[in-house]
Amino acid sequence: MEFLMILIIGILFMCATYLILSKSLLRIIIGTGLLSHGVHLLLLTMGGLKKGAAPLLGQHAESYSDPLPQALILTAIVISFGVTSFLLVLAYRTYQELGTDNMEKLRGKKYD
Amino acid sequence: MINLILFPILIPLLMGIILIFFYKKIILQRIFSLLSTGASIVVSICMIDKIKNEGIQTVNLSNWDAPFGITIVSDMLSALLVLTTNIIAFCVLLYSFKGIDRERENYFYYAMIQFLLVGVTGAFSTGDIFNLFVFFEVMLMASYVLLVLGNTKIQLRETVKYIIVNVVASALFVVGVAYIYSVVGTLNMALISERISEVGGTGILTVIAVLFLLVFGLKGAIFPLFFWLPGSYNAAPIPILALFGALLTKVGVYSISRTYSLFFYQDSYVFSLLGILALITIILGAIGSIAYNDVKKIIIYNIITAIGVILFGFSTFNAVSLSGSIFYLLHDMIIKGALFLLIGAMIYITGTSNLKYMSGLMKKYPLLAWTFFIAALGLAGIPPLSGFVGKFLIIQGAFQAGNYIGSFIVVLSSLFVLLSVIKIFVKGFWGEESDNVMKKPVKTLLLPGCILVLLSFLIGIGVEVLSPYISLAAESLLQPENYIHAVLKE
Repeated sequence: MEFLMILIIGILFMCATYLILSKSLLRIIIGTGLLSHGVHLLLLTMGGLKKGAAPLLGQHAESYSDPLPQALILTAIVISFGVTSFLLVLAYRTYQELGTDNMEKLRGKKYD
Repeated sequence: MINLILFPILIPLLMGIILIFFYKKIILQRIFSLLSTGASIVVSICMIDKIKNEGIQTVNLSNWDAPFGITIVSDMLSALLVLTTNIIAFCVLLYSFKGIDRERENYFYYAMIQFLLVGVTGAFSTGDIFNLFVFFEVMLMASYVLLVLGNTKIQLRETVKYIIVNVVASALFVVGVAYIYSVVGTLNMALISERISEVGGTGILTVIAVLFLLVFGLKGAIFPLFFWLPGSYNAAPIPILALFGALLTKVGVYSISRTYSLFFYQDSYVFSLLGILALITIILGAIGSIAYNDVKKIIIYNIITAIGVILFGFSTFNAVSLSGSIFYLLHDMIIKGALFLLIGAMIYITGTSNLKYMSGLMKKYPLLAWTFFIAALGLAGIPPLSGFVGKFLIIQGAFQAGNYIGSFIVVLSSLFVLLSVIKIFVKGFWGEESDNVMKKPVKTLLLPGCILVLLSFLIGIGVEVLSPYISLAAESLLQPENYIHAVLKE
């Protein structure tokens, strides 16, 4: 199971890197979204995936899942959701004001 | 257990929320944000006194004991940084009353500054590595809004880049946290430190150390990762630029020093890597600062040089160089705030940031000229001003460690820094008065800059008074046992 997750995380990171390196702003935003998904899955995998029982069973339970990574992912999801929505709005405003979403054109002295 | 150390986080948080509700009443917003920052200053002074007398203070949130809950820890280093942060925020607020336009003030400017302070002070005083990430995000979210506030073309363009860089860095930060959790099974920084010292240095820890260096280096703008800084910071208006230049990069530096001194102190490889990167940062920052004719750009590149100097002192990692680094860190926060506010006044007077179009300010604005001159000497580290002590200790520490090349580069960088700021002084203040030098009332704009310069002067001559605090701060970096003991109460 862990092996499968690692493959998925790798593929997500790969796609994210490819998209972030592209010119179009929208693709970059999708890339950051994929990147954060990959990171969240990594966080889950690093805590250990399946240990055969529910998280909180009291002090004498023989096996239990670690609830902490899930709590961390919850926080991280909320943050990445907020940042991504901000980024989308910003990208839209940028497109309106500057008339382009091509990152190659968004540099130099033209818009100083 | 005492809740005092939560106040520098809670006061701006509550005030930020309150300020959102009456965002149209500018006068009230100004008064309230000044009051809250003033209160934070008072609280942090009390905190420093308490830490000096009673040692490191901790609060376990919701009374969950240390490794299980989230701990807020305040040792001398974080308390000093929190105090400096609030002093700079106070001065920037004073400047903003006149130095920022009404449109920006109308759109939650003061509330966002308060949220930025929440993030910065929180990052300085948290004892939990994931919580550090959360406070980073609070700080970054506020900084995104502050950077794009005003909606000009260059701001939109640069904010997009700034956000994308930081989103990627945050993702890598979570990756680092995940790795460290899988290796040691905890997120509490004190317990991580203890477990790592039991496990000993392994390969995976070096990987994590380099990953953290990548993440915090992006925020702190060290050598291969500072490319975003000059462009993004150049887009912001002066008060926001002062706040960013004085605080945001320093949070990255603080995080490097905290994680490295607690987690990776056995790993000499990453320390030498850090030292080399810091030296290259110094060189490139110095080259950048003498290459430009734009006052904003010159000071922005000086941020990069200073980051290099601080991290070089930290990478040497002995008692002398660490106290030098902490001295220089505090000095640099104050003097960068002062310089940005002073060049803000210059830009306000002449209406341009290009040195070619401003000259001869000396005749009409002697106070501005001489304050800038003192600040410039302080930045370069001329005794008895505050930059000298820090640099001197860093070099002394490097000599003790036998790193002569590094200390040579640090000394040489001072010359370049001096050259770059004196260029502003000579071209901007001396010579024929250019046409765009108007007679404008700048008294209120000058006041905050003068306060900061005075403060830096006082630090310079009051080294003896300050040094016990600084050495206490250096000690807590040098001996992680104290930190661990204070948090875990063993």
